[in-house]
Amino acid sequence: MQDAKAIKLKIGLAEMLKGGVIMDVTTAEQAKIAEDAGAVAVMALERIPADIRAYGGVARMSDPAIIKAIQKAVSIPVMAKCRIGHFAEAQVLEALGVDFIDESEVLTPADEAYHVNKWEFKVPFVCGCRNLGEALRRIAEGAAMIRTKGEAGSGNIVEAVRHMRAVQSGIKRLTTLGDEELVGEAKNLGAPVEVVRQVKKLGKLPVPNFSAGGVATPADASLMMQLGAETVFVGSGIFKSGDPAKRAKAIVSATTHYMDFDLVARVSEGLGEAMVGIEIEKIPAADRMAERGW
Amino acid sequence: MITVGILALQGDFDRHQQKMATLSVKSRLVRTAVQLAQCDGLIIPGGESTTLINLLKKHTMWDSVRRFGKTKPVYGTCAGCILIADSIVEMDQDSLHLIDISVQRNAYGRQVDSFIDDVKVQLNGTLDSMEGVFIRAPKIVSIGANVTPLAWHNDDIILAEQANILAGTFHPELTDDVRIHHYFLRKIQKSMY
Repeated sequence: MQDAKAIKLKIGLAEMLKGGVIMDVTTAEQAKIAEDAGAVAVMALERIPADIRAYGGVARMSDPAIIKAIQKAVSIPVMAKCRIGHFAEAQVLEALGVDFIDESEVLTPADEAYHVNKWEFKVPFVCGCRNLGEALRRIAEGAAMIRTKGEAGSGNIVEAVRHMRAVQSGIKRLTTLGDEELVGEAKNLGAPVEVVRQVKKLGKLPVPNFSAGGVATPADASLMMQLGAETVFVGSGIFKSGDPAKRAKAIVSATTHYMDFDLVARVSEGLGEAMVGIEIEKIPAADRMAERGW
Repeated sequence: MITVGILALQGDFDRHQQKMATLSVKSRLVRTAVQLAQCDGLIIPGGESTTLINLLKKHTMWDSVRRFGKTKPVYGTCAGCILIADSIVEMDQDSLHLIDISVQRNAYGRQVDSFIDDVKVQLNGTLDSMEGVFIRAPKIVSIGANVTPLAWHNDDIILAEQANILAGTFHPELTDDVRIHHYFLRKIQKSMY
């Protein structure tokens, strides 16, 4: 029963973030720009993904001083990332009072076999996925929100689209199966049959389904929302662009009004330089963040 | 046949819409002034109040919602409660001034301080229990003379009404309880006849 209450509170906060934009920020000043532009939450980072990519080496949880400065600067929820499987970093983030933890492939994984047991925490977790099986494994571990991985720091939406389509078509397929097929399907997906059964019944994931990894323009945000994302994470796309405040506002408007194409056209005008994108094939396999985790 | 509008700029509008479906009531998601004009009442959901203010103002919905609330029922939950309040304490934040209450944002703390607890509700003369879900919730710190308190958590007022307006700091839409939504529907029905 205690667990049922805990997960209700965790999913509850994810519900409150729907229809919004969550922005990566590295300073209190950027956090303020994001909040003023209408972000529903910020992700407090030491480096945005594009810089993590450029910098190389082991990427870890941010310096708590950065997280605290950002918490002080804004009234919206503050999220932060821990490495995959690094439950001690997660414990630190919980102690800091972050509102959501992203167990993220953007950082260098700490455990090659296991993700964090998210049920043990009071703070909710969001995890990335490339397909339905991965999403359901994370939900089984206690994630209260799922996001597509996309390819962070690439400025290229193609991977986010691939992952969102994979999740959505996986869900559609489940709804067509007979109950006798579910155990076999759970085996194929590598996910517990209870969660598989729940998805078949609901026709959607039991937690909110957001999108991340490669969003750089208002049209990218509209695209992901139309493909079934309920909120959009924007990482490098804002603060690696020519006019972050203007682009941030434009992406917020395009996410809310994603079916109003006149509006998306209007807010897309004169945004200045977008972040420079990378073709996925040009990223060496070892540097592709989406492949981290299982 | 009434139509309940649910402000869908941002927040947990889905859950409110599911509630309306459970009660077999027609609802529509509202993102524009034109859509709002087709509704008999409006629910402003939980979400982030700064984001909602931003989007309402940017796309000229701010005045439409305020005008709507002068004549038709509005129910604000959590962020919605902050939006319709008369004033926000300790913060420089604009509001729609639809109900004479003062609200404190994030009054209980951060997400780790979010909680579920029994609350007391008095909707039709009797005091009943209800599950109260509080997520980064605000507090109603004071109410005007014309405002009636309808629910309490310990000594805190968590639901209040003034004429057509209903303001709550918690989330009945995240529970199986339909009593508060039902009460709001009755308000809409009464306002029409």
